[in-house]
Amino acid sequence: MFRTVLVANRGEIARRIVRGCRTLGLATVAVYSEADRDAPHVKDADRAVLLGPAPARESYLDAERLLRAARESGADAVHPGYGFLSENWRFAAACAEARLTFIGPSPEAIRAMGDKPQARRRMGAAGVPIVPGSAEPVDDAEAAARIAAEIGYPVILKAAAGGGGIGMAKVADETALAAALATATRRAQSAFGNGQVYVERYLEAPRHVEVQVFGDSKGTIVHLHERECSIQRRHQKLVEESPAPNLDARTKRGLTEAALAGARAIGYVNAGTLEFLVDAQGGFYFLEMNTRLQVEHPVTEEVTGFDLVAAQLRVAAGEPLPFTQDRIEPRGAAIEVRVYAEDPKSFLPSPGAITRLTLPSGAGIRVESGVVEGSVVSVHYDPLLFKLIAHGSDRGQALERLTRALDACVVEGVKTTLPLLRTIAAHPEFRRGRVHTQMVEQGAFHG
Amino acid sequence: MAEEIKAHITGVVFQVTAKVGDKVAAGDPVIVLESMKMEIPVEAPRAGAVKEIRVREGQTVQEGETVALLE
Repeated sequence: MFRTVLVANRGEIARRIVRGCRTLGLATVAVYSEADRDAPHVKDADRAVLLGPAPARESYLDAERLLRAARESGADAVHPGYGFLSENWRFAAACAEARLTFIGPSPEAIRAMGDKPQARRRMGAAGVPIVPGSAEPVDDAEAAARIAAEIGYPVILKAAAGGGGIGMAKVADETALAAALATATRRAQSAFGNGQVYVERYLEAPRHVEVQVFGDSKGTIVHLHERECSIQRRHQKLVEESPAPNLDARTKRGLTEAALAGARAIGYVNAGTLEFLVDAQGGFYFLEMNTRLQVEHPVTEEVTGFDLVAAQLRVAAGEPLPFTQDRIEPRGAAIEVRVYAEDPKSFLPSPGAITRLTLPSGAGIRVESGVVEGSVVSVHYDPLLFKLIAHGSDRGQALERLTRALDACVVEGVKTTLPLLRTIAAHPEFRRGRVHTQMVEQGAFHG
Repeated sequence: MAEEIKAHITGVVFQVTAKVGDKVAAGDPVIVLESMKMEIPVEAPRAGAVKEIRVREGQTVQEGETVALLE
């Protein structure tokens, strides 16, 4: 097994990975930008290497600097975390070329699933249901209109190279199509350097349910059940839980079988997640595959009892999966909420210094925080401050613990999503487990 | 009289979308700020001609800072 892992990330996930490495007795190297000199993740690791200036392009997104940091610090493995270079197949390939173990799937798998139209084709061929839409990126407004008329309005435009909701646009009818296509193309070009856009049917008020899969180099692939992640804003998750409430057994079985079939079709190794939209009738459609550790992996860890980061490290070292399918038995329920530095109503960013921070603790409460009191939240990075995970013997107990933990949280100096998360946790529909992806935007939790 | 267009959040100038002399309508973006991976337009509060742009791409601006002047 490799001995020293360079953690190519920052914030809470860098700290989580350092902890995972410690449990296996591995040494760790943190990397940081000039803005992150005093960040907790830097102090957690055995040693730390400065990458460069604050902008991510000159630090956490700079593959050359990361490879140099690995070489100079004697690291023999790289964990990319999520975001940044985690789904960049060229970076994964460059690590292999530099004889560093990349803790994640093969560059080929990352590449295949990163190209969203190709991912849909591959998954469709493997028998995974996909949302009706254009198989290829559309060339012009005329082609888009033809496809949209075939699949029926409303449709959604999505960037081929995209993620995180950037470049997505809902189109209600043909009159709005050309302008929306021009905007989506421009946004995709500026965000991803690739302006290709494809067209899909827009599902009304679907749920977002995803399946955690895990493969090893011997060809074994298992699933670790599902996560419900419907509570989102700007197509990014705020609340995640497992098991998904009110999901009928047949749909759940269909989802896990489809996820395994999809992962097998691409010979998937390491941790990955297949995301699906589930409609009111229980029909489900493949959305995309995330070829990395998810932000919300702790809910799966809490209900299965397995350490996913440790499993990632073992599998990357060529060991077999530390769990077999028949031993993966969900126990109780877990709910995670994401506390972001942003205005809870407008969702505008709220950078600044955290002048006071009180985090909850207690039975069934887990906190994954990237910040401490005194941390400065920079404009340069994702606004996630910390995640709060509550686990209970059932959903009711998890909810009670979550509610108490949210009440105990104090963050001063920046605005956060805490007030919104408290409203969600107390909301009758959420408490009944009746959720869908448009609730936040439709204002279900306002007032 | 010239009117100041102020940034409503702290961020890095991602794009300057208007230039001096441009006629803009109320709500048109004058610059786009990038903050915490989000692109947030700073819009003209009313119609008018852009008299001055005070920021350049890549520069950090603070909440409340004047980014442009409207004729």
